[in-house]
Amino acid sequence: MDFSFQVISHNFPYLVSAARWTILISFLGMLVGLLLGIGICAARLSHHGWLRRAAALYISFFRGVPLLVQLLAFFYILPYAGVNLPATVAAFLSIGMCSAAYNAEILRGSLQAISPGQREAADALGIPPLALWRRILVPQALRIGLPSHINELILLVKVSSLASVVGIGELTRVAQNITGQTYRPLEIYMATAVIYFVINALIAWGGRRLERRLGVGQR
Amino acid sequence: MELDLFIRYGPALLSGFGITVLCWIVGSLGGMGLGFLIACLYQWSGSWGRACLQAYIEAVRGTPFMIQLFILYYGGPSFGLLLSPVQAGIFGFIIYGSPYFAEIFRAGFQAVPTGQFEAARCCGMTEWTIVRRIVLPQMLVSITAPLTNFMIILTKETAILSVVTVPELLFETQTMAAETFTYIEPFLALSLFYWAMVEFTSWLGRRVERHVTRHQNRQTP
Repeated sequence: MDFSFQVISHNFPYLVSAARWTILISFLGMLVGLLLGIGICAARLSHHGWLRRAAALYISFFRGVPLLVQLLAFFYILPYAGVNLPATVAAFLSIGMCSAAYNAEILRGSLQAISPGQREAADALGIPPLALWRRILVPQALRIGLPSHINELILLVKVSSLASVVGIGELTRVAQNITGQTYRPLEIYMATAVIYFVINALIAWGGRRLERRLGVGQR
Repeated sequence: MELDLFIRYGPALLSGFGITVLCWIVGSLGGMGLGFLIACLYQWSGSWGRACLQAYIEAVRGTPFMIQLFILYYGGPSFGLLLSPVQAGIFGFIIYGSPYFAEIFRAGFQAVPTGQFEAARCCGMTEWTIVRRIVLPQMLVSITAPLTNFMIILTKETAILSVVTVPELLFETQTMAAETFTYIEPFLALSLFYWAMVEFTSWLGRRVERHVTRHQNRQTP
């Protein structure tokens, strides 16, 4: 067996520049997932029965179907319906919609940790529901659920490798292309694994810092 | 919606489903076994051993399943490991699942007070008897829910095996879609299969949970 470091060092710049797409897709996916997740969580807890049921259906569907299937469906079925999105946009929207289901459940858990007295006080003060969510519930819930949200972001970085299947030039796809040129799968995929690992380690480190900064778990 | 498509492609879809279930069951049971072994080693090894196990856990948890599969399936031949797609899928599953299972079991170990270990040792029990008679029954109560959860996650990860040409459910569905130029019907069938698997797993999880917590519900005479 000849493990060639030269192949790695020669192709490393391409992998690193492809990693930017991985990071972009996963972070935008997380953003979509958080914003949509807040909406779904609000729907899940609403007074209207049909809204609650719709949110529950959304969550069970997006958590119950493999993401790869969702991605493929997004790419093949949407054009059927006449919606043509650029591939990258479709990828992070699809990843975001899946992540929204998970984020909504994380948020629901965090909201339970906020004492109901705050809601009652807001009601008594006549604060409208939108402001209640935007200024009181969501900021606290995001802080309480921060470790889980960071976890979700790390999952998204790994999951973004699935976008390679639909032809987006992110890290995994570029690794496949380089393998096709060099016939060195072991070296290239090892290097790719290391890059993913570094991204995730950085996110975990940043998350811990942010937790300490916001004092999660110290109250 | 053309229903005769399902008659024509039914056998292919069913055989794909069979391979999905095979990879899932063998892979997750193997992963559970390896994870349990890692958790046990972690419990009874020194700081060096722990550091090695921790490095393994972090490395596997920090990289995507697809890359691990690629290393096994495409990179394997570079070090003399020739696997068929299904073998690669099952091995990949075992490796991918093991650290998550190990962490679940480790949390389970920690839920048992150290005093019980000490007491059992004082009674002259061997380490294996302690695990089997004292730790496992108590641990199962707290870990059944996370185990079920992770088994459900793994049912969905089987879809990724299609990328390394394992002829599982998604692979067969994609073949069907490509050959017939239909997308709604194949993906509908696919969703139903996965949904059935997930529902079955959560039903099984609930039953196991009821079984391992039966002592808590027992009426006191």
